[in-house]
Amino acid sequence: MAQRRDERTGYAMILPYLLHTLLFLGYPLAFAFVLIFHRWNVYTPMRWVGLANIELLFSDPLVWRALRNTLYFLVVHIPLQLALALGFACLLNQQIRARAFFRASYFLPVIISGVVVTILWQQLYADETGLINVALDRMGLARVGWLTDPRVAMASIALMATWKNVGLYTVLFLVGLQSIPRELYEAAEIDGAGEWHKFWHITIPMLNPTIVLVLVLSTIGGFSLFIEPYVMTGGGPVNSTLSGVLYLYKQAFFFGKMGYAATIGFFWAAIIFVVVLLQRRFVEREVTS
Amino acid sequence: MKKALVYIALVLGVLIFLYPFAWMIAATFKPEPEIVDFALWPRHPTGEHYRFVFGKIPILKGFLNSLVVSLTVTASVVVFGAVAGYALSRLRFRGREAIFNLALLTMMIPSQLTLIPLYTLMAKLGWVNSRLSLIVPAMMSSYATLLFRQFFLAIPQSLIDAARLDGCSDWGVLLRIVGPLSKPVVATAAILTFMGVWNDVLWPLMVIRDQELMTMPQMVALFAVGGQAEARLGAQLAAATLLALPIIVAYLFLQRYLIESLASSGMKG
Repeated sequence: MAQRRDERTGYAMILPYLLHTLLFLGYPLAFAFVLIFHRWNVYTPMRWVGLANIELLFSDPLVWRALRNTLYFLVVHIPLQLALALGFACLLNQQIRARAFFRASYFLPVIISGVVVTILWQQLYADETGLINVALDRMGLARVGWLTDPRVAMASIALMATWKNVGLYTVLFLVGLQSIPRELYEAAEIDGAGEWHKFWHITIPMLNPTIVLVLVLSTIGGFSLFIEPYVMTGGGPVNSTLSGVLYLYKQAFFFGKMGYAATIGFFWAAIIFVVVLLQRRFVEREVTS
Repeated sequence: MKKALVYIALVLGVLIFLYPFAWMIAATFKPEPEIVDFALWPRHPTGEHYRFVFGKIPILKGFLNSLVVSLTVTASVVVFGAVAGYALSRLRFRGREAIFNLALLTMMIPSQLTLIPLYTLMAKLGWVNSRLSLIVPAMMSSYATLLFRQFFLAIPQSLIDAARLDGCSDWGVLLRIVGPLSKPVVATAAILTFMGVWNDVLWPLMVIRDQELMTMPQMVALFAVGGQAEARLGAQLAAATLLALPIIVAYLFLQRYLIESLASSGMKG
């Protein structure tokens, strides 16, 4: 009796979620595989093109350019992000006053819209009128083409992304630090371990789950770049800040190539999936305390 | 001595994160030639940039659009998340484990995969340039469902049994017994959903073309990118400041909850 009632209420309660997931996730997922083999601008009928989109993908220099740009972004962003977030977390983990104030200050850029942050940093990075170059000038240093030099532009975006997100990862590391049992450090001290030794042999191994988390989240963030190049550079100069999502957006909405855009999206999603899997496989360690 | 160094580093951090925002807000009140300056106080305060922005784009309309969309989606995600989470945690029915695994699986799918097909679905449904495309696809979330399921699992069965003996249905249990206990998880789900929808720009840029229907971040991004700002620094920064304002105000009151919710969202990985 109670069992039957459970069944009926259970299905009634889960049905909206199931239908919604089927329509707005399941259907697009299946339709992605249809789009890959078609050319379509949404307005005129779809045309079957076989493997043309896939062939185009592998021979399209801009796809590889976007991938290279993303890797460049990650190479700058991830080490900086890990080091700064862990550094700030260690500082906040000391016996200090006003910890809540410091934490809240570092966190402010995290909650502010990416649009605000990109407009603001576009001004800070400007060649002639940007505050950063004005400051370099006053110190007698050479100006940098932060967003106009193709070798530098992606690194500038990576720097800005680090500034925006470091507060979030600081809080994650702080939670991680506070969960390390004090006894581990006390035991090491009895054995005569110094600060540096304790950091490398206790703190870092114990923080492994947080490190993996930060690694995975910032990698996904790097592959999802869109609004930063969209607002700041339009993907330029000479495609040096073109991202996968921006390229997909341009193919779909500037050129009306839904099939090719879906193919790029599929490719991009596959790369994210594999990279995250590899990170979990090779960085994740069992933590036993 | 060591303590002093710690404080110096911490204060340096505050300067790095807060000074740019302070400069931005100050710059919006400076006349154009005065903007390129480190001062945090305008020498000749002016309201021209804000007048320019309000004259060029219906930014208040954008604010209201964003508010309507974000609040509707948030309310829906919380209600449906709680209902589905209750079924997945407290009710026994065939296929429950399969649905739970399905929900976990959906969270592993990178959004880039479904972006274009979801757009073409909106086009087929005739929802392009309609608020429906901003609201309906976001109305339920696997993440919120799993969050509620996790929370409900920890509620003692005896509490639910007692209510049922009194003749309460499962809907009644959810509304009157479990609901009032769930304020922390409701707050987390609501904050995460609201922030996610409020700050999203990519999806609105794809499905909304009509300025009257645009969300606030979308409108401000297009204002800065397109020709409307006429390359005026002050006007771009004023639009950005207006966009940041509601979130900064909310942050002043809710910072602890915002930080904790967003940090917990990181833990889902």
